[in-house]
Amino acid sequence: MSDVFPKWTNKLPLMVIVGGALVGGAMTMAVTHYVSPKYTRVGYQPIQPVSFSHAVHADQLGMDCRYCHNGVEKSWYSNVPSASTCMNCHNQVLKDDPRLALVRESYKTGKPIPWVQIHKLPDYVFFNHSVHVNRGVSCVECHGPVNKMDEVKHAKSLGMPFCLECHRDPEKRLRPLSEVYNLDWKAPEGTVPGEKFVHDWKVLPGDSCSVCHR
Amino acid sequence: MRYFLVIFILTSLGVFLIAGKQGDVSRKPPIEIFDDMVRQVKFRPQQPNRFFENERTSQLKVEGTVARGSAYEDSPVNTGKFGGGNTNFVSAIPIAVTGTLMTRGAERYAISCKVCHGALGDGNGVTKKFGMGVVGNLLDPVIVKQPDGQIFNTITHGRNLMNGYGANITIQDRWAIVAYVRALQRAQFATAADLPAELRK
Ligand code: HEC
Ligand code: HEC
Ligand code: HEC
Ligand code: HEC
Ligand code: HEC
Ligand code: HEC
Repeated sequence: MSDVFPKWTNKLPLMVIVGGALVGGAMTMAVTHYVSPKYTRVGYQPIQPVSFSHAVHADQLGMDCRYCHNGVEKSWYSNVPSASTCMNCHNQVLKDDPRLALVRESYKTGKPIPWVQIHKLPDYVFFNHSVHVNRGVSCVECHGPVNKMDEVKHAKSLGMPFCLECHRDPEKRLRPLSEVYNLDWKAPEGTVPGEKFVHDWKVLPGDSCSVCHR
Repeated sequence: MRYFLVIFILTSLGVFLIAGKQGDVSRKPPIEIFDDMVRQVKFRPQQPNRFFENERTSQLKVEGTVARGSAYEDSPVNTGKFGGGNTNFVSAIPIAVTGTLMTRGAERYAISCKVCHGALGDGNGVTKKFGMGVVGNLLDPVIVKQPDGQIFNTITHGRNLMNGYGANITIQDRWAIVAYVRALQRAQFATAADLPAELRK
């Protein structure tokens, strides 16, 4: 009489354990890696209707962010500039360049340029730009080095852990108000200027739910 | 077991090749699976809106109206002019010129004017190198002699090739910039008599 179970079945429990561990491990890795705003959002870089470059305007020309995003320190919303802002210069610079055709048309007709929005929080999150930039939180903390980007790219996850990480411990990430718009600024070696500001301005971002979900 | 391992490795590799890693550039918008709370029926500024004919959520101001809280009087503070005339510019800044106003002016000048007029106001801003042919020199005696109200008016409405900044800069800040431009001019044409006695030699 032959065996009911062939010989290799002796190794079956081991195979199941090893196989299960491999599949389980791979699934866990895949989920932590892919089911996270760090994967779904970071790197989003849509093709914009006009090939506008922050590297040219903010870095090379040294323009201040507020020349164009002039609502950022006054309101929750950081506006994208209208075509008339571009035409302040482009009525002389690259006056007939085809890359700017859409800007000129928008300036003439008043029809907005359809910029694609990149950073977009869920509607159930309450956010405000002015509280942050007026308390020494620089654009670079949440948007990455925009002044070095030819096309703006979603650089940080902007998920809830990202916000909380700073709200629980803002010291290291605050800077003097005069340097908020200077994205290349680094704290002088060995100092934490933020400690002083947290104390002087009584900075208390808070991590209770009602701060961001109201 | 061998087949299992081969299939396992191929699937893992396949997933990785298709999905890539965190931070890879993507031209497509992020996927939102249960988006009913994420995108609510609510309007955000600068978003398209099919309800209106011009498809804007943020509607433009109707011609001839004044937004709540914004300046509407034809007073010297608001227009830089006396009465209704076109060239009755006020000669001096009609608000108190203080140290804070001056610091504010310096900051605002750096944001809005420096790229064209240069840090000194001499018209040698960085844009000059890139094809900006005509840029006013703020140290020109003609402009030094202009009344303060006229410079305010230039900021608000622009002049020839310079566009107006009235929509972007508040009235207080425009006067602050005027004060700072005056300081730049003063610094450029200072004489020994302007120095405090102990520095004069
Ligand atoms: C010359 C005008 C100009 C200046 C100066 C400027 N920006 Fe922008 N910015 C734009 C325009 C136009 C867009 C929309 C097109 C795009 O996304 O590239 C934009 C988009 C952005 C976005 C992406 C918005 C979104 O859709 O989520 C960020 C972030 C941003 N800017 C940050 C900055 C920062 C930080 C600075 C200062 C270093 C700066 N910008 C300076 C014109 C400007
Ligand atoms: C302060 C003046 C100024 C403003 C305001 C300005 N630009 Fe420019 N722009 C320049 C200069 C200077 C250049 C470089 C020209 C060159 O390289 O010869 C340039 C270059 C460009 C180019 C060519 C890009 C490239 O890679 O060289 C585009 C497109 C452009 N700008 C779009 C815009 C748009 C859109 C806006 C409005 C959001 C805007 N600009 C506002 C001064 C300005
Ligand atoms: C604390 C983090 C944080 C800081 C600091 C910050 N931003 Fe943002 N920014 C965001 C978030 C989050 C969004 C998406 C907001 C939304 O969905 O409405 C955003 C959106 C934007 C947009 C798109 C328009 C909008 O408001 O939705 C622009 C432009 C922008 N930011 C520019 C800037 C500039 C310029 C600065 C620096 C002066 C800055 N931001 C500083 C987090 C930040
Ligand atoms: C780099 C640090 C930093 C990051 C990142 C950050 N915040 Fe803040 N946040 C602050 C600081 C500092 C304040 C100001 C607190 C104060 O003035 O006491 C603040 C204040 C706020 C407030 C106002 C709180 C109040 O008292 O009304 C809201 C809302 C808020 N943050 C939301 C967010 C959200 C949403 C995110 C993530 C997209 C975020 N923040 C990311 C530092 C940060
Ligand atoms: C500093 C701001 C902040 C605070 C404080 C905060 N949240 Fe959030 N929360 C966010 C942001 C931003 C998101 C959106 C995350 C995303 O889209 O990736 C979010 C998302 C969520 C979600 C949806 C999760 C998801 O991934 O769909 C829940 C649930 C939530 N928050 C619960 C809470 C609770 C409970 C608290 C209090 C303990 C809290 N939050 C405090 C910023 C905050
Ligand atoms: C985009 C470039 C640009 C910016 C930014 C700019 N200007 Fe000008 N400005 C010009 C040009 C070009 C002229 C020359 C206009 C002409 O005569 O055609 C000029 C001329 C002037 C004049 C002389 C007007 C006259 O009576 O002849 C004054 C005063 C002036 N600007 C002040 C300012 C102030 C203050 C700011 C900051 C709020 C500013 N400008 C920002 C380009 C600019």
